[in-house]
Amino acid sequence: MIEGIVGKKLGMTHIYSADGAMVPVTVVKTGNTVVQKKTADKDGYEAVQVGFLEKKEQRVNRPAKGHFKKAGAPCFYHLVEFKAADISAVQPGAVVNATDVFKIGDWVDVTGTSKGKGFMGSMRRHNFSGGAESHGSMHNRAPGSIGSSSDPSRVFKGMKMAGHMGHAKVTVQNLKVVGIRAEENVLLIKGALPGAINSVVVIKKAIKK
Amino acid sequence: MGIIQDIEKEFIRTDIPVFHPGDTLLVRVKIKEGDKERVQPFEGTVIKMRGNGVRATFTLRKVTSGVGVERIFPSNSPALESVKVLTQGKVRRAKLYYLRELRGKAARIKVKR
Repeated sequence: MIEGIVGKKLGMTHIYSADGAMVPVTVVKTGNTVVQKKTADKDGYEAVQVGFLEKKEQRVNRPAKGHFKKAGAPCFYHLVEFKAADISAVQPGAVVNATDVFKIGDWVDVTGTSKGKGFMGSMRRHNFSGGAESHGSMHNRAPGSIGSSSDPSRVFKGMKMAGHMGHAKVTVQNLKVVGIRAEENVLLIKGALPGAINSVVVIKKAIKK
Repeated sequence: MGIIQDIEKEFIRTDIPVFHPGDTLLVRVKIKEGDKERVQPFEGTVIKMRGNGVRATFTLRKVTSGVGVERIFPSNSPALESVKVLTQGKVRRAKLYYLRELRGKAARIKVKR
């Protein structure tokens, strides 16, 4: 089957393992439908495109409607491609469940969009230590020096400064699948995942395990 | 909606008696040492209860040889072998942090009857 699945973050809770230890888990609702197969002949690479979160047909534009019709699948909000060990094993229109992709004990990498924090100063955004709070200090939350003087006469690219924080693509690696509830198509992943509740996360097999 | 509640329902223990802040409890906790398991009793006053459902915890406080000891227990932990309510206390607060400042006779709690 395919090597990942798209899901919606439902929230966190905790469960108890068999030996009585408390395990913090994030609950992710999954359930995808195969929409398209990318083949080496036609596309130059092999992958399986799946759809997640059904969308009303009247809200889909015509090119996308044709794309979904070809697969015989309903329309979706999100389309994501995954590698597959053998793409001939999957057919467009087939439903991909959590149990088809993962089993308990698997290691996964989870990608999502982090919560947006807005315009943040250098202390919050880059963990700068700031200056003294009192004793006449006028350097309270300022970043300090941002470089040398006439040589180089400019600020280097990538200098850590204040700016927009969050709402970025974040991947958390090496999380463990500690539970799967087949009837609800729900994955229980140990630890926290990026993003707010109801945000979409892409769960793939861990690359480092 | 409700999937998280369904997951939590499986872990909520129904064999734990109802208790309130001010009550004195005897909690028997299973402790794993290597591959051996033993039971450790802990007797103390409930000074704090927080959370709901599977995430609820309570704090027990006791004074052992002049040293105050507080221990937090998850209310639904399978490590709790048994919980016994020894006395029901009569208190006017939900959080009994004021007991930390009191010693000896002053730290007693009236028994409900």
